[in-house]
Amino acid sequence: MNIVVLLKQTPDTESVIRIAPDGQSIVTQDLKWIINPYDEFAVEAALRLKEKHGGTVTIVSWGPQRVVESIRTALAMGADKGVLLDDDTLDGGDSLGVARALAAVVQALQPDIVLCGSRAVDYDLAQRGPMVAELLGWPHLGLAVSLDSDGSSVTIERPIEGGKVTMHASLPALVTMGGSHAVWNPRYASLPGIMKAKKKPLEMKKLGDYGLSAEECGAPAAKIRMVSLEMPPERKPGRIIDDGLDTEGKAAALVKALHEEAKVI
Amino acid sequence: MADCVVSVAEFRAGNFRRVSFEVASEARKVADALNVPLYGIAVGAGVGDKAKELGWYGVDKVFVADDPALEHYVPELYVPVIASIIERWNPAAVLLPASVDGKDLSARLAARLQTGLAQDCIQVVCDGGAVKAKRPIFAGKCLAWCEWAQGALPMISCRPNVMDCKDADATRQADVEKVAVDLPEARSKVLGVELDTTGKVELTEAEIIVSGGRGMKAAENFVILEQLAKELGAAVGASRAAVDAGWRPHSDQVGQTGKVVNPNLYIAVGISGAIQHLAGMGSSKYIVAVNKDPEAPIFTKADYGIVEDLFKFIPAFTEEVRKLKSTC
Ligand SMILES: Cc1cc2nc3c(=O)[nH]c(=O)nc-3n(C[C@H](O)[C@H](O)[C@H](O)COP(=O)(O)OP(=O)(O)OC[C@H]3O[C@@H](n4cnc5c(N)ncnc54)[C@H](O)[C@@H]3O)c2cc1C
Ligand SMILES: Cc1cc2nc3c(=O)[nH]c(=O)nc-3n(C[C@H](O)[C@H](O)[C@H](O)COP(=O)(O)OP(=O)(O)OC[C@H]3O[C@@H](n4cnc5c(N)ncnc54)[C@H](O)[C@@H]3O)c2cc1C
Repeated sequence: MNIVVLLKQTPDTESVIRIAPDGQSIVTQDLKWIINPYDEFAVEAALRLKEKHGGTVTIVSWGPQRVVESIRTALAMGADKGVLLDDDTLDGGDSLGVARALAAVVQALQPDIVLCGSRAVDYDLAQRGPMVAELLGWPHLGLAVSLDSDGSSVTIERPIEGGKVTMHASLPALVTMGGSHAVWNPRYASLPGIMKAKKKPLEMKKLGDYGLSAEECGAPAAKIRMVSLEMPPERKPGRIIDDGLDTEGKAAALVKALHEEAKVI
Repeated sequence: MADCVVSVAEFRAGNFRRVSFEVASEARKVADALNVPLYGIAVGAGVGDKAKELGWYGVDKVFVADDPALEHYVPELYVPVIASIIERWNPAAVLLPASVDGKDLSARLAARLQTGLAQDCIQVVCDGGAVKAKRPIFAGKCLAWCEWAQGALPMISCRPNVMDCKDADATRQADVEKVAVDLPEARSKVLGVELDTTGKVELTEAEIIVSGGRGMKAAENFVILEQLAKELGAAVGASRAAVDAGWRPHSDQVGQTGKVVNPNLYIAVGISGAIQHLAGMGSSKYIVAVNKDPEAPIFTKADYGIVEDLFKFIPAFTEEVRKLKSTC
């Protein structure tokens, strides 16, 4: 099975986010970068498919050279090769523009299945996956918390509000990953894995290699843009309910506060 | 010239989901600001009978795609059906629910319509005829205002439980037009749906949430939170530590890699307040923290803090809530 994982590098979830002086972007210089957690789930699911059906796992990413480290991490987990679209003419592209570029890379690889995150934990747009599927004219199944394939089709479970849906598609198809660490339990890279990863193929590509240009994918094509950023309102300082009360006294005081002051119970 | 604003509704198991009315209410405001009518789109099996309800929340005309094949959300079917309705018009904006299905639908629909989508928005404004939307990024650590390029159709999905919902006005009548449904070939389908019938409150739609963390120490101890939740009519959530330990299902996880929730009241019990957890519940209207460690970071975000052993405090608190409920 020829499997592609779309992987995005995002700032560490511990990161303190500061707005840059331009008011439109965030300060990136002190950030630590990680694989988007949902994309790590995708790598894990891809490796399990490969273990069952054989084949190759290719990691595809758009981003600058710092992304090489994240791709190598995925290769060390067990993926076979990487393609990095390192092309800054894509900067300023919106989700659709970037999806066009990713769809072109996918098309060239002719995979049976594409796995990607349901969302990236930075801009949290939750759109690339379904967009890539639409551009390819493929079905997509979203927010998988389980994934199974017989080699010619794929079945997933997806949680919805107050329930669960089981969906099925014939291949080729795209699946976006939901769930959490507890669901996917992504493996760590082993030491031998890390050694091997250094020798695995990683191609550097430009938009032009796919017959695309910034006019179609980059800033000139963007339909939506961020005009300004702001910090969320600070929460008002709260208070500790104590006043020398015992447990029952505090319980009564909290109920009173929630009922009379906050009026939420 | 734009000739309408469009709001897309979500229909499941015979009823519109509440977020549909929130979206219609918000879209009504945009339509009023731009002085154009509000068109609704309702897709589903048997949705025709309910379509008029959208009128109660401000929709002027509802376009209905009612077909047994549309009983469940399948992106390959829903996207072309909805796109073909939208393409009849020249809308100033399309508003959709940022529910689980709504976000998925919005993304694919934006690619079909070749436009820009602002996902999971918390505010929409019309600034001199131009539509702008605000959305959280970096799990709510920052907020971004989005604008659309000249001539691009603004697509906006609205976070549930955030936008004001009008009171239903059952005297308000909407025109209803049935649309001939031309279903495309699809390679995907729904095999089964399991809906929870125990009356469990969904986290993302709950008014009150009681969440437990590693401090709960064991799966069986969550009984005390469930009892409290029952008294309050609340949903029960969890931190990642509690989910990773196998005490709670992953669907209960609140945070950056779990659910983002916006209740009126969030009660964090035995949760330290890690940045990834705060990301999921930091915009709750009121936060209560119960923790035996006075230095726990959760107290910096809490409106009311209780420094106590949770195993002593929660039963006492539940008892006080019970007393309150029996007097009112
Ligand atoms: C502050 C700010 C806010 C923005 N808001 C919007 C907006 O509301 N709408 C909009 O259209 N654009 C927006 N943009 C444009 C923005 O440049 C990109 O769209 C954004 O960086 C990518 O979104 P995401 O990673 O959150 O994608 P998501 O759609 O959340 O990513 C989902 C999945 O797609 C795959 N994927 C995403 N990016 C890549 C990649 N580079 N390489 C490989 N796979 C990838 C991954 O598998 C990922 O898990 C915004 C930009 C800024 C600076
Ligand atoms: C990529 C990534 C994504 C993540 N996503 C999420 C996410 O979505 N959601 C999430 O929650 N976390 C997430 N985390 C994990 C997060 O960093 C924390 O590890 C986690 O939130 C800690 O859970 P906790 O507060 O329950 O446990 P702890 O931090 O161990 O806190 C337990 C608390 O319970 C208190 N306590 C103990 N016993 C008692 C008692 N008897 N009475 C009262 N108080 C008591 C302690 O004082 C302590 O403050 C993520 C981490 C990473 C790296």
